[in-house]
Amino acid sequence: MAVTSPTQRSTRGAATRPQDADTPVVSFDQVSLAFDDKVILDGISFTLLSGRMKIILGASGAGKSTILRLILGLLKPDGGRIIVNGHEVHSMQESDLMQVRSKLGMVFQEGALFDSLTVRENVGYRLYEETDLPIETVDRRVAEVLGYVGLGEYGERMPSELSGGQRRRVAIARALTSKPEILLYDEPTTGLDPITALTIDDEIIKLRDLEEVSSIIVTHQLRDAFYIATHEAVRKDGELDFVPAAPAKAEEIEFIVLKDGHIHFEGQADELRGSDDPYIKSFLS
Amino acid sequence: MVRLLSEWLKGAILEVQEYLRLIGRVGSGLVTKPIYGRDIIEQLDAIGIGSLTVVFLTGAFTGAVLALQSGMTLDQFGARPAVGRLVAASMVRELGPVLTALMVTGRVGSGIAAELGSMMVTDQIAALRALGTDPIRKLVVPRVVAGTVMVPILTILSDALGIAGGALISNFQLRVGYSVYWNNVVQGLYPEDLWMGLIKPVVLGFALVSIGCHVGLRTKGGTQGVGRATTNAVVAASVAVLAVDFFLTKLLITLMY
Repeated sequence: MAVTSPTQRSTRGAATRPQDADTPVVSFDQVSLAFDDKVILDGISFTLLSGRMKIILGASGAGKSTILRLILGLLKPDGGRIIVNGHEVHSMQESDLMQVRSKLGMVFQEGALFDSLTVRENVGYRLYEETDLPIETVDRRVAEVLGYVGLGEYGERMPSELSGGQRRRVAIARALTSKPEILLYDEPTTGLDPITALTIDDEIIKLRDLEEVSSIIVTHQLRDAFYIATHEAVRKDGELDFVPAAPAKAEEIEFIVLKDGHIHFEGQADELRGSDDPYIKSFLS
Repeated sequence: MVRLLSEWLKGAILEVQEYLRLIGRVGSGLVTKPIYGRDIIEQLDAIGIGSLTVVFLTGAFTGAVLALQSGMTLDQFGARPAVGRLVAASMVRELGPVLTALMVTGRVGSGIAAELGSMMVTDQIAALRALGTDPIRKLVVPRVVAGTVMVPILTILSDALGIAGGALISNFQLRVGYSVYWNNVVQGLYPEDLWMGLIKPVVLGFALVSIGCHVGLRTKGGTQGVGRATTNAVVAASVAVLAVDFFLTKLLITLMY
């Protein structure tokens, strides 16, 4: 796979990382949420540091996607505090949240692409609609990110003309357009065949390791979760390669396993695999 | 039984509360930035131009059948030449606004509910918010503006077509000459009638589109939910059109006549 040089990358970079390393970018403090009588989250606390990755696992209905929606302020918690890039999103008004969201990118389950817009319009949506940037500048940026996810030729197609994997890649491109500091992935590989899922996994790794974007992935696809956690993207002689992660890189990636509204496990891939906990064993089997 | 009734009541109150909140946010979206001008123009086209055919046909046939029916009744009093007065007053004051609103409800209200409902269940609304766009400003305000502007215009056209349809029937079927018919039309319409015919569709247009948007944005439960929302939007908006028409008519008669 061809890759641009670091200097080229600085101009076509998909995202920026202005924070210092190890600065908390997302922090949950005793967050609780219930829908009617059903408790979804009960006293959840965790912190995502800048440039790091959290992979949230859990059974269906465990509240994984809810965590991402809470980070974006799409839902409000019943209790607790949620700090994103220093903003207390749990108590912010919708109009104030727009500023917080401008630093976040979200890849929704199934993509959530706008049916009536072309791929180009989808990817450039935020810049076309919510900024005063010249059209030429936006078009250039859209071309950059579409090229980054390998869909440079697909700009004028409609979402309905794309395969499932291509739709996810467009969703990733859309999330990247405004150079987010944090990327949130909601089941990015669910429903995809293993080979297509692998291309999405590689995109996620690439963004984490080459662009140093902080990220949270919600999934129940264990194969993809462990692949992302145990591989890193490196450049060798100008070529991009995905190799087993060095110990220092592996330490930057943590798993969270949710069960009954609580965090049942938090730790690295090796610890998760080696856990003697019956639920974890049953979950991983 | 009491529990069921209480839950139904709570649900109904919640719907009204959410609808009023939506109206409040639309009001705020109308007077503060950003305003999505291109979307307003698109909706003016979709709601206005797109509804022309159905409104033309409805108006023309309603005026024609009104002339046919009223001609028979007026004959009993030897007042056939007054058919123009009856058709014009009925079309302008009542049938034009209500039938146009009902037709637009069927065509546009259902479409809005289905479109916004689909966007809800496929997370496109959440995606809009995540991308920093307020869905009320982007999706609801343009539709409400377009509905409020275009339904009165469509009503005027429907009234005109209805009166013209009545003229054709009067001339060819009832043997009432054009000059007599049009003279009656002019004599039979008062400024109050015209005001009533203009004020009503503004309110009805606003109501039917805002209800369609409200129902669409409250859609839950996948494609089945979208189907349910579409039906609910048409039923709720149609009933609202008739109910609002009654109360508005009563109010305007009290104020103007």
